[in-house]
Amino acid sequence: MDLGPHAIFILACYGAVAIVLAALTGWLVLDGRRQQRAIEALEARGVRRRSGAPDRKDVR
Amino acid sequence: MTSQSITQRLANPTRFMALSAAVLPWLAAVAVAVTAYGLYLGWNAPADYQQGQTIKIMYVHVPSAWLGMMGYALVALSSFGLLVFRHPLADVSAKAAAPIGAAFTLLALLTGSLWGKPMWGTYWVWDARLTSVLLLFFLYLGLIALRSSLDDEAQAAKLTAVLALVGIVILPFIKISVEGLAIPSLGLEIPAWNTLHQPSSVFRSDGPKIHWSQLYPLLVSAIGFSLVFFALHMKAMRNEILRRRVKALRLAEVDRARGPVAAPAE
Repeated sequence: MDLGPHAIFILACYGAVAIVLAALTGWLVLDGRRQQRAIEALEARGVRRRSGAPDRKDVR
Repeated sequence: MTSQSITQRLANPTRFMALSAAVLPWLAAVAVAVTAYGLYLGWNAPADYQQGQTIKIMYVHVPSAWLGMMGYALVALSSFGLLVFRHPLADVSAKAAAPIGAAFTLLALLTGSLWGKPMWGTYWVWDARLTSVLLLFFLYLGLIALRSSLDDEAQAAKLTAVLALVGIVILPFIKISVEGLAIPSLGLEIPAWNTLHQPSSVFRSDGPKIHWSQLYPLLVSAIGFSLVFFALHMKAMRNEILRRRVKALRLAEVDRARGPVAAPAE
């Protein structure tokens, strides 16, 4: 497809959207894994919430 | 039996985590599919008679700008829910929405700037629309910075919520900046400010001023971007709930290490 004389601006826009959304998604996925690992490490040491409620795997 | 609203049913973080665990994979998949379809339609939509192929920028710029503003409305609404109703997930929602709204506002600024150069001959002008959207971006950064500067989480939530509600005044400014506002019955007339930015072509009292061949891909793209926003917001809320659980578990660990506290002597 011929994007005309302003192709670089069009491609830069779509590239910026891809980079920003990929970075945001990656950050959220990694952050979620980090929190989940922290919970698993604490539970492996026998720590339970004050309420005594177990941190069920199915609600994560 | 009392009937509960959906916000009341979701007030329990454990229930929210269970529900969102089931919904999120589907929401993410639909969001990616609809966004890809919208961008595919936009990529193959006819060129504009004035703007040529740069009209393709519209299919990412306009949804980003809408979501930048919608994200702030969500932050403000969640803040209202915290301050007025003390909803347990309101602060989680406000905190989760801020960086996502900031990212979409940044995209609106970036893509708008890249659209402005070939169409206006400049990347940036300090006019009403562009400056007010830049202020919205700084407002997001201010909310994030204020929250992270305070150790007391409850105090940080309240102060951030107050700032978010004060800052919502930016949203009508962004809208009015290129279109003005006239309410004859109130004798109110705010003229449109001097700006290079065109008025809205979609949400107008006299109907959309954009051809269907361009409007349809734009709407599909906007729906796709909105679904992406909500999927990211749901994931960010889940992360925040997990973070608070980690904090609670660490406090419980410290308490356990201290041992049982002796009862005061009579």
